[in-house]
Amino acid sequence: MAATLDAKSRDTTPVGSKIATTLSSRLGRMFVWLLAILWTVPTLGLLISSVRPERKIKTTGWWTFFTDPQVTLENYSGVLENKVYGLPFSHFFWNTVKIAIPAAVIPIVIAAFAAYAFSWMKFKGRDWIFVLVVGLMVVPLQMCLIPLLKFFSSDFFPDSWVGVYTIWLAHAIFGMPLAIFLLKNFIGSLPSEVIEAARVDGASHLTIFRRIVLPLSVPALASLGIFQFLWVWNDLLVAKVFGGRATNQPMTAAMVDMVGNRGNDWQLLTAGAFVTMIVPLIVFLSLQRFFVRGLLAGSVKG
Amino acid sequence: MVNLQKRYANGFEAVPGLDLQINDGEFLVLVGPSGCGKSTVLRMVAGLEDISGGDLLIDDVRVNAMGPQQRDIAMVFQSYALYPNMTVGENIAFAMKLRKTDKAEIKAKVAEVAELLELTPVLDRKPGQLSGGQRQRVAMGRAIVRQPKLFLMDEPLSNLDAKLRVQTRAEISKLQRRLGVTTVYVTHDQVEAMTMGDRVAVLRRGELMQVATPEMLYSDPANLFVAQFIGSPSMNVVRGSVASADPSGITLDIAGQTLRLTGDAAGRLSGLAARVGEDIAVGIRPEALEGDGDASIDVLVDLVEMLGSGKLAHCTIEAPSVRSTDTGVEISERNESTVIASLDPRHTVRAGERVSFTLDTHRLHAFDVTTGAAIGRS
Amino acid sequence: MVEILKSLSVVAVGIIGFIAVLGGLYWLASQLPEPWRERARVAVFVGPALILLVGGLIIPSIVNLRLSFYTGNGLSPTKWYGLGNFRDIFTNDDNLMVLRNTVWWVLVVTAASVVIGIIIARFADKMRGEPIAKALIFLPTAISMVGAGVIWNFMYATKGNDPDKQFGLITYFWMKLDPILPGHQGPNYWLQDKRFFGIDSNWLPGVNTFFIMAVIVWIQAGFATVVISAALKGVPDDLVEAAKIDGATERQAFFKVVLPYVKGTIITVATTILIAVMKIFDIIQTMGKGGSFGTSTIANEMYEQSFTQDNKGRGAAWAVLLFLAVIPIVFINSRNQRAMREGR
Repeated sequence: MAATLDAKSRDTTPVGSKIATTLSSRLGRMFVWLLAILWTVPTLGLLISSVRPERKIKTTGWWTFFTDPQVTLENYSGVLENKVYGLPFSHFFWNTVKIAIPAAVIPIVIAAFAAYAFSWMKFKGRDWIFVLVVGLMVVPLQMCLIPLLKFFSSDFFPDSWVGVYTIWLAHAIFGMPLAIFLLKNFIGSLPSEVIEAARVDGASHLTIFRRIVLPLSVPALASLGIFQFLWVWNDLLVAKVFGGRATNQPMTAAMVDMVGNRGNDWQLLTAGAFVTMIVPLIVFLSLQRFFVRGLLAGSVKG
Repeated sequence: MVNLQKRYANGFEAVPGLDLQINDGEFLVLVGPSGCGKSTVLRMVAGLEDISGGDLLIDDVRVNAMGPQQRDIAMVFQSYALYPNMTVGENIAFAMKLRKTDKAEIKAKVAEVAELLELTPVLDRKPGQLSGGQRQRVAMGRAIVRQPKLFLMDEPLSNLDAKLRVQTRAEISKLQRRLGVTTVYVTHDQVEAMTMGDRVAVLRRGELMQVATPEMLYSDPANLFVAQFIGSPSMNVVRGSVASADPSGITLDIAGQTLRLTGDAAGRLSGLAARVGEDIAVGIRPEALEGDGDASIDVLVDLVEMLGSGKLAHCTIEAPSVRSTDTGVEISERNESTVIASLDPRHTVRAGERVSFTLDTHRLHAFDVTTGAAIGRS
Repeated sequence: MVEILKSLSVVAVGIIGFIAVLGGLYWLASQLPEPWRERARVAVFVGPALILLVGGLIIPSIVNLRLSFYTGNGLSPTKWYGLGNFRDIFTNDDNLMVLRNTVWWVLVVTAASVVIGIIIARFADKMRGEPIAKALIFLPTAISMVGAGVIWNFMYATKGNDPDKQFGLITYFWMKLDPILPGHQGPNYWLQDKRFFGIDSNWLPGVNTFFIMAVIVWIQAGFATVVISAALKGVPDDLVEAAKIDGATERQAFFKVVLPYVKGTIITVATTILIAVMKIFDIIQTMGKGGSFGTSTIANEMYEQSFTQDNKGRGAAWAVLLFLAVIPIVFINSRNQRAMREGR
């Protein structure tokens, strides 16, 4: 008897408060789903509109698609051939490809070499220089736009390089501090005995880097690579400033131009926007795991 | 022929200066408490740590400026340091591949080593899929496949569980004897040091305390530090004094009890004759109590521990204990200390009893109370 | 097809060429005698990064700082202007509006993103379908600002007076609300409306600015959710259980125990978003027509002055201002990160 009483009195939470707790968590979950839907609707609307006939897009809401489904791919063929700066939009898609892949790979390779040196090579002022490099993360790229542009347009710099090469270079510069910081965190935390074992086994720095450090750093390189790739693919500012001629520009610049000049041609804008988004979405959806890991490495790392 | 000599001094004085010669084919163990600089010494020998002073000679060649890859040494690390991205076979073959050894030869050697260490079935696995013992053997394999001039081992057993450690300890000893490669082995475990080493070098704060065979270290420790570091349970050391000395013998006073040393026992410690009236530290191994003896000492038993193979009696004696510390010698301020006696399991002593243990005066040790140096034959 | 091959060959030549150059340099370094060999190898490893950083960030920043004291047209303005550019920024009405907008941007977007992130992370935790809900909210992170601009331009689009002919979802709902809400909810060209629902104040940005902010919240909330959610999962269960045994309700346990535990992460998320918002540029270009209708922000103004108005000195001054504004935030963040490392 005493025992049962005791057991009852131990549960001091009033029944009312319990109901409130369940209710609030149910409301909370509903709220989460509401937001999730809200967050998806704009993209979904764009996707649906991009496959509707022009006349329909301009006179009815895309939500009427569900009662009156009419599908066409004309918008896509239309936008790919649509002339921007005198060239078809597809040209700018390939410009973006040309810019994005090397501009993602090159800075990461450079940063990986530097991160290795900062972690495992001995040289004077090593730690001091590394602190300086990390400190450079403070500098907004806007600080460097005009002087760099001046340098690229000066006589020292070959004119023929302006365009894709200058964009690569600029992205390499602006991505460098963060890339070195993240990779140094990772490469520097590899077990030192493994590196030493390789040295005792007779491996040179390049061998250790290639055969041991790079294979072990794949997760870090992948997250950083995805980051840099998405950043470069989606970039407008750097390309606009350093791209030189309009025909060197990536898709984002062409898209902005279309928004300015054909702002009411929604059949082109919706399809065009989706073309610019498709590669990042695929990369994002297939490699989300790495992407999240990269985000967390940069921000929650304890 | 390995001739190794080193003097070292840096700002931190991790190793203020060390002279040591290692003979060809010898198994030398560096032992000491953690932070004594033994790993630093090993890493200097390996070339992983810069040498800030002195010379390091291997085969009479000064190698101070050489990188580890040029010294022809192999090393087994505490964490094994296996390359996680390579299979067991690739781990073992890595060093030979870097030396551009012929492919067929690599294959043959890897197979031979794998056979020797019973690794053949796991050659294609990655280190992550191996047990602790297997990983340890891969690390060994990676070292022996190269047939280097010198093996360096940095606490290679500390990541194994107790049972496996005893087994592997014996295997390493056998392997080393069979291959005959000069080996420097670092450990903090005095049992490993005693069981494995041809000679053992005891280090404290980068200084060499004594280097000798395990038998010598146990029976003739050069100082209080070695005396208390080697042996388990460790040597009982209490403060006493030299009451008198005459040609027939020496009389010691411990806690008001007198011990008379004559003959050989007095001869071993004849240095005491010059210290009449002075305080000294007297060391008695737990094993030297209550066996054959020519003297006795009275103690109060506090606690008896049954170990199976023996019994340990924790007893109180009215004399301050003397302890070797990081910096020198410390005499306790309390005028009583615990003495441990290692007894036969059938001994009937019980806690709370006051007993008189026999004592073998030939196994007494005496040390200076300020320097800790052993006092021996004058 | 030709174009595809051409682009891919540029990509391949670029990457392979670059790696070949690095490899060649290393080989050259290895031919040197000691002690030069080791030094040269170090130089090959860190050299490229240091050259890029010194030549691309450090020197340009100094040049830019100098430039902010000059005025005139062209790439190298030559007329000394002292602190004139900064004086102009802090006295001219249009420029003050840019500063006002940036302050609102930073406050509203950061607060909204973090709060939404916390709410979702809290309620989605251990919920059925959690990964899907989080992925949906996280998805906009991958979309470019330009793409997001088009998406939301479409959401905000307004056409004519007939509610049923609207294809912009927001305008459609707004006009459908007319019979229900007091006042008149007529067709509105949101992105050109510099007033805030009829209120015209020097301190308050227009409704257009807030509507553009919503887009960035849409993008950043996912980031906040993912990071905060990971931190919440790192809170030890027994901590919450201990609080409950001590008599805390679910809500008290969350606010008094869980939130303080992840405080460091929340500060990191907030500062990261804050810095990103300060540099907001692309979205103003796509949705604010480059800062027209009173939507400009510091980073946008920097671009407009430098490259559209050809006033490089003023542009440089805006960049310096941005730099100065970022420094304290980075300082807070790095102190916070250090505290996180040392605590726990």
